Amino acid sequence: MTYNEILIRYGELSLKGKNRNVFIRKLRDNIRRVMKDLETVKVKSEHDRMFLFADSPEEMEEAMRRLPEVFGIQSFSPAVRCDAEIEEIKQTAAEILGRMETEGKTFKVEARRADKTFPLKTNDIQQELGGHLLPLYPELIVKMKKPDIKLLVDIREDGAYLSTETIQGAGGLPAGSNGHALLMLSGGIDSPVAGYMMMKRGVKLDVIHFHSPPFTSEQSKQKVIELAERLSGFGGRIRMHTIHFTEIQQAIQDTMPAALTMTTTRRLMMKITDMVREEIGAKAIVTGESLGQVASQTLDSLSAINEVTSTPVLRPLIAYDKLDIISIAEKIDTYETSIRPFEDCCTIFTPSHPATKPKTSKVIYYEGNADFGPMIDKAVAEREIIEFPIQKEADPFADLL
Amino acid sequence: MIYFDNSATTQPDPEVLRTFTAASQAFFANPSSLHGLGIEADRLLGRAAQQVAELAGMPDGTVVFTSGGTEANNQALFGFARANAGHGRRILISSVEHPSVLNTAEQLEAEGFEVLTVGTDGNGRLDLSDLERKLSQKTIVVSIMHVNNETGAIQPLEEAGRLIRRKAPRAVFHSDTVQSYGKLAIPGGPDGPDAISVSAHKFHGLKGSGALILKRNAQIRPYLFGGGQQGGLRSGTVPVAHAAALAKAMRLAEEARGELQFGEWRDELIRFFGGWDKVRVLGGPESAPHILSVAIRGIRGEVAVNALQEKEIYVSTSSACSSRSRSESHVLRAMRIDEDFRHGVIRLSFGRQNSREEILRFKEVFAEFMDTIERV
Repeated sequence: MTYNEILIRYGELSLKGKNRNVFIRKLRDNIRRVMKDLETVKVKSEHDRMFLFADSPEEMEEAMRRLPEVFGIQSFSPAVRCDAEIEEIKQTAAEILGRMETEGKTFKVEARRADKTFPLKTNDIQQELGGHLLPLYPELIVKMKKPDIKLLVDIREDGAYLSTETIQGAGGLPAGSNGHALLMLSGGIDSPVAGYMMMKRGVKLDVIHFHSPPFTSEQSKQKVIELAERLSGFGGRIRMHTIHFTEIQQAIQDTMPAALTMTTTRRLMMKITDMVREEIGAKAIVTGESLGQVASQTLDSLSAINEVTSTPVLRPLIAYDKLDIISIAEKIDTYETSIRPFEDCCTIFTPSHPATKPKTSKVIYYEGNADFGPMIDKAVAEREIIEFPIQKEADPFADLL
Repeated sequence: MIYFDNSATTQPDPEVLRTFTAASQAFFANPSSLHGLGIEADRLLGRAAQQVAELAGMPDGTVVFTSGGTEANNQALFGFARANAGHGRRILISSVEHPSVLNTAEQLEAEGFEVLTVGTDGNGRLDLSDLERKLSQKTIVVSIMHVNNETGAIQPLEEAGRLIRRKAPRAVFHSDTVQSYGKLAIPGGPDGPDAISVSAHKFHGLKGSGALILKRNAQIRPYLFGGGQQGGLRSGTVPVAHAAALAKAMRLAEEARGELQFGEWRDELIRFFGGWDKVRVLGGPESAPHILSVAIRGIRGEVAVNALQEKEIYVSTSSACSSRSRSESHVLRAMRIDEDFRHGVIRLSFGRQNSREEILRFKEVFAEFMDTIERV
């Protein structure tokens, strides 16, 4: 027996008044994009749910593997279709239960009859089915509220759809339905997680990365590229802006007292990020900062850094413990990439004792000794832009494996 | 030449050899090196590992590339036992395991683990009720081979798995699938093994290469120490070309699996051997299609091996590993084969290069041989 259809529930979407249709359309388009290479998959949206069909059983299975990563889906249920004929329905229901663990489980049948020409009424369908199934599976205990197994029977014009399983979706809001922000992506563990969390809230992302060759290697950039690619897997194209930061970092070393180099580095990064944000029309900046994790993430540091902009800086991880962040990173499959040991531009020039309580006024005073403006403009203008997901080039290993 | 000793080893597939030489030349760098060449080699290694994990039915699993099946089995038993020693001390193995499991278990016993052996029936099949009796909450490792190398008996891994999950939920369930990989489907799902051992040269890959593939949640410790390669699980510079060749050999084996005609050949030969009272087919009806062992009364196995060899047909006595040692096979002893048959066992094992014509030729030659010995 194979599944013919998946019923998709929206969850949180249902709450949104006016924007509802926009959200639904976005979700439908996102699902279609994720399933693009599966030729027989079709998606149809209705007011309160969506249906996914596939003619080929392999594609149906693949679709079921991909759905749990799509934001905006609360849950989904694969269903089996049979003729809308009571004997057929009974037999199919018995088969479905036969594949499940029924020992000591509570059970209920719930019928819906969209097709009013079906000869039995909802109640009659439920009774008929219960009367057929319970003698076959006497170990089942009927329970109306919160049963372990709820057999849903949906009678529509093209047939009856039976389902029992409800699979959790990723939740959140459809990717790209909730504005546009720029994520500062370092290559560490936190920033990809922060990006993921914003994407889950429906935010479309661009990412910005700072690169200081030759102090940072091509491999550390490659790592960030892989992370951006992974994030783009959660729906929606992502553009990555790579800033060449070497010249600015050297100027900072020449200008600032050692204890304040870190603060100024962050301030200039923030400034550059804000200029790029302005150019691409994003509304906010996202960072992976978590309070107290390192010297630059104390409240004093954050406020000294934040002083350069009035743009909202969103810090979804600010109150998260490191272990919680790691467990999300593992779940979204960025952890292994993040922990590869390459220097990034934040670690390479780190002073031995960075100020944990920098005074903003003092920082501004020293920054006055150099003219960072032209360097910043140049860095923004000369940034490299890559789009994700990267169009797959010919696989160099295909022939070998 | 007719080569019917594919359970001892197979002839490498030219495609696998091509992968090995191409990968050795183009991706020779050490995958642990930081430079670009190292990164490329590491990417190929990662892809090979992913493919191996998927082909083993554990797409989220971990792959430890080893020097072969023996090392994979050693790694499995030492690694799982030591990592889980905090939960208990009992280890269960079947009585017909390969020596690389039996002797490793013996070592563990010397280290203070409690090793119990689960018996088999006359067909060499695992005694499930004995398994059930010996499983306990304190059981930490259960190792049951999938297909026996001497008799071809297929062990009921899924039934065993169900018992293990129920009676010893903390136990790691390992299966030596060296003989079955590429010929039979490896049982997956929650009742399937947590880890399997494979050896490349048993499915037209290269000698000196194998892997232990384990599910993500299986706790394991390394038993080879050094530079911490392979995530610390198996130190030693990783042979990338071997890993790629293993992945390729597994793919080719898996793709060819549906078209193998071993079962038909075996059935044909079973009917053929039925024509002599002196010949007894070992292994029950539920044995693997690619291995057929028969016992001939009153002669020694090597007499048949030599006679067939004269006509360029290569078969072995019970198993290549034990056939040179004089001691009799522990597997045959466990199966309680009659004394006058026990010494006359020969094993035929098929590979992808064999054909129906070769089966017909074998029948002809074997019949002549039987005429000869009956006249003596």
